[in-house]
Amino acid sequence: MGEKLLMKGNEVIAEAAIRAGCKHYFGYPITPQTEIAHYMAKKMPEVGGTFVQAESEIAAINMVYGAASAGVRVMTSSSSPGISLKQEGISYAAGAELPAVIVNIVRCGPGLGGILPAQCDYFQAVKGGGHGDYKMVVLAPSSVQELYELTVEAFNISDKYRQLTMIMGDGVLGQMMEAVEFKDQENIVNVDKPWATTGTGMKREHNTIQSIYIQPEVLEQHNKKLQEKYKLIEENEVRVESYNCEDADIIVTAFGTTARIVNNVIKMAEKEGIKVGLIRPITLWPFPVKEFEKYAEVPKAFLSVELNAGQMVEDVRLSVNGKRPVYFYGRMGGMIPSQQEILDQIKQILNK
Amino acid sequence: MATVFKRPHALIDKSMHYCPGCTHGIIHRLIAEVLDELDIEGTTVGVSPVGCTYNNYEYFNCDMVQAAHGRAPAVATGIKRANPDNVVFAYQGDGDLAAIGTAEIVHAAARGEKITVIFVNNAIYGMTSGQMAPTTLINQVTTTSPFGRKPEVHGFPIKVCEMLSTLEGAVFVERVSTHDVKNIMNAKKAIKKAIQVQRANLGFGIVEILSSCPTNWGMNPVDALGWIKDKMVPFYPLGNFKGKDLEV
Repeated sequence: MGEKLLMKGNEVIAEAAIRAGCKHYFGYPITPQTEIAHYMAKKMPEVGGTFVQAESEIAAINMVYGAASAGVRVMTSSSSPGISLKQEGISYAAGAELPAVIVNIVRCGPGLGGILPAQCDYFQAVKGGGHGDYKMVVLAPSSVQELYELTVEAFNISDKYRQLTMIMGDGVLGQMMEAVEFKDQENIVNVDKPWATTGTGMKREHNTIQSIYIQPEVLEQHNKKLQEKYKLIEENEVRVESYNCEDADIIVTAFGTTARIVNNVIKMAEKEGIKVGLIRPITLWPFPVKEFEKYAEVPKAFLSVELNAGQMVEDVRLSVNGKRPVYFYGRMGGMIPSQQEILDQIKQILNK
Repeated sequence: MATVFKRPHALIDKSMHYCPGCTHGIIHRLIAEVLDELDIEGTTVGVSPVGCTYNNYEYFNCDMVQAAHGRAPAVATGIKRANPDNVVFAYQGDGDLAAIGTAEIVHAAARGEKITVIFVNNAIYGMTSGQMAPTTLINQVTTTSPFGRKPEVHGFPIKVCEMLSTLEGAVFVERVSTHDVKNIMNAKKAIKKAIQVQRANLGFGIVEILSSCPTNWGMNPVDALGWIKDKMVPFYPLGNFKGKDLEV
């Protein structure tokens, strides 16, 4: 392994993108992710890359659309209200099958909400915040080290499938400093992009990048092709971490920052004789359905803990498919549940 | 026998879908002729807009990217920043550029993006069936200003070239027309100069082209050309606003 540094989450995302070969970043300031833009503004000139502070989130995602069309690795980042503005471009890029990485350091809503951490954009990210039938791969890191590794991986996944990939963090992850160990050599998957609009050089037929198909037969075929690709991604790209699930009394599920809190609850519960398992989805889409199926009949119940009013819990219920009761506990508005609060929920569910 | 007139190589041999008397076809041809004459078809990437010309990627032989409504200058920015050796043009109508896309056009110009915007102004939304555009003239009847555009209700038309001329990043700004042969030849000269300005890395260029929409204006093609000359030109004066003397 290479050098170990103490770095802020947002800066690690930016550094990881550059290490992954991303030389083009287009963004717009919004708390709590703006350090990504600061880092890019400073570093991109050093690596011969491009940093543009766009006039809006809408323009930024459309610059991403243009650069991705031209075949380069490209990224934008924002936080919840800004990601809402990007939805138009996200839908177009998904339709045009453009590979790009979008970072959402989630803050609380709805509306302008607040700047504190939340996970209330789960639906928007995994169910399709923009119009039309499309999917983004959604990666949910829970440490600064994972922010680094998954950001690099996001570019590989995007290129491999001509696919949008979102890194979904939250204000805690973006703002906190933690040790991160960088590799000497990144695993960069190089993918040919014969479809890119780089100029024909008078050597080939012209390429077109488009999301519009006026003929219904053609558009249905295009949609079917997208769905086939999504199926392939569901088969190949699920990432999940399970701990202590084999003979758990209860399995708690959480992603990102919340999973870190649950980790500590496991130890507290053990002292009281309760065995708590944890399933931590790392890909929110594709959702780790099989992992839940595997343990569906092990515990007495499942509990989904989230920083929202209950979003991922719907996918947990679909995955557990009625085999066990699925409970929910969440905090909103930037409030974070304490370990004791979660333990109290567990005890209440288990009648202890 | 000497060939005196032929289809430009940069224009694909395909029937266009435009209405009879619409001048989009002429403008496409002018762009294609310029790509041929400068021998840049192979390095050019065009951006198609939303509206009547959404699918002009089917007509140009160069690489093409279809953009969302109003976002063409942002998309063109991304393409150009990724590959600065490409010649990048965005093709936009008046609803696209002067309404939903005002932020994108103003800031692409302000940044001095080295792109060329072909802005086709026919004072109406064509594709969606003749609604009032930001460039619709005072008293002009449209499907959403059925009693004519009234300043006290609808506000005033936007003069895009005059507005963009105030920005330092916009180095070439010219308004031309398509209502007769002489003006069409002038339009081609302006397009060529704008592309040359881009190739010389001098900054942002825009050519506004006054264009007809006989279908939505409710006129025959000849009267429509007359309407450009008699009604549009007096309000949208033709000529170069910036960059006439740039060395390219």
